[in-house]
Amino acid sequence: MLLTLTVNGREVSRNVEPRTLLVEFLRDGLGLTGTHIGCDTTQCGACTVHLAGRAVKSCTVLAAQAGGAEVTTIEGLSGDGLHPMQQAFIDHHGLQCGFCTPGMIMACVALAHEDPDMTEAQARERLVGNICRCTGYNGIVAALMDGAKRMAGDV
Amino acid sequence: MYSFEYARPNTLNEALDILCSDVEPRLLAGGQTLLAAMKHRLTAHSTLIDLQAIDALRGVSVDGAILRIGAMVRHAEVAAHIEIRGRLPALAVLAEGIADPSVRNMGTMGGSVANNDPAADYPAAVLALGATIHTNLRDIPADDYFLGMFATALARDEILTAISFPLPDAAGYFKLPHPASGYVLAGAFVARFGDTTRVAINGAGPCVFRDAAAEGALSARFHPDAAAGLHFDPEDFTEDLHAGKDYRAQVLPHVIRRALTRALA
Repeated sequence: MLLTLTVNGREVSRNVEPRTLLVEFLRDGLGLTGTHIGCDTTQCGACTVHLAGRAVKSCTVLAAQAGGAEVTTIEGLSGDGLHPMQQAFIDHHGLQCGFCTPGMIMACVALAHEDPDMTEAQARERLVGNICRCTGYNGIVAALMDGAKRMAGDV
Repeated sequence: MYSFEYARPNTLNEALDILCSDVEPRLLAGGQTLLAAMKHRLTAHSTLIDLQAIDALRGVSVDGAILRIGAMVRHAEVAAHIEIRGRLPALAVLAEGIADPSVRNMGTMGGSVANNDPAADYPAAVLALGATIHTNLRDIPADDYFLGMFATALARDEILTAISFPLPDAAGYFKLPHPASGYVLAGAFVARFGDTTRVAINGAGPCVFRDAAAEGALSARFHPDAAAGLHFDPEDFTEDLHAGKDYRAQVLPHVIRRALTRALA
């Protein structure tokens, strides 16, 4: 099937098999390998991207479901320089091996848009769908909370 | 995943045309359960009929004492909806507790209720509130809808379009989730209408069910203490590597007590 969608602000068209997952389309079809495949079972969140502005797990979305929609990946998060959430991850040491980081950042940006004033307990609860096997959660939670404030222009 | 054709009809009639003419079609709502099953090759279909473009399956409205939610309304929308939070907060809390935020952005109420996973959340609310399931063909009372594990009254050529929930005087939901998967090991939705209480239990058995003894006790006294004397026969409960039957039976009175506490909060 011919699939057309907008990825990181650019319209792309490709012939794909209907069973192509969004994450496969992004990585293999478009070469956007910043979106990682961790568990491939909707649990770890390494493949998190934004679909029509909402965070989704791209290993459990068909590329076809995103047809006609706008998708943003870690590569398209910031047009120029680092996004405030990326900078917050650096400043708070929100990554160790870095494998979960693209998904973490995409999830955190969406969470920050929804509620910039979350408490630490809320931040931990809302990150339940993103797993860091280095267990570096303290830095990630700090980055989420601070990044949310930066995005809201409070810092 | 085995290969399939993909269709995205714009109207219910177009969807029904494909559903009735294709060899092994399957409706695709949010896909958060179906796609996972297909990736494991547990199920295969000739065509997936994506319902996302059908406007008739969307929307939330309140008419008098009835809350109507379209089948394709996503969990995150239910959780955040101002009117649902105000009129039926137990349902918003239930939706907010499903899986994780990213899954809630895709998963839909209709998909969950059509699938009827014994460990899913929505069926408990639908049954306890005595909701009506609307389809393209008819209106089905919740008491006639849930038939067994992954089994419902839906026919092959039937599409769940919306669910109407009667607004209760009080309602609460509590689940004991599996700590890793989040699926319900034992859950209870309690709903108070006048001096009657309906209690639906999910997770514990192969299908959501109402419990007459619990409903009797909680109709007489709608208070957390009323759950203390309840006993459940583990005979027909689920026994798997996550929890035994006896454990599920023993934990249920405590689950109901907490659901009541939430209903009265």
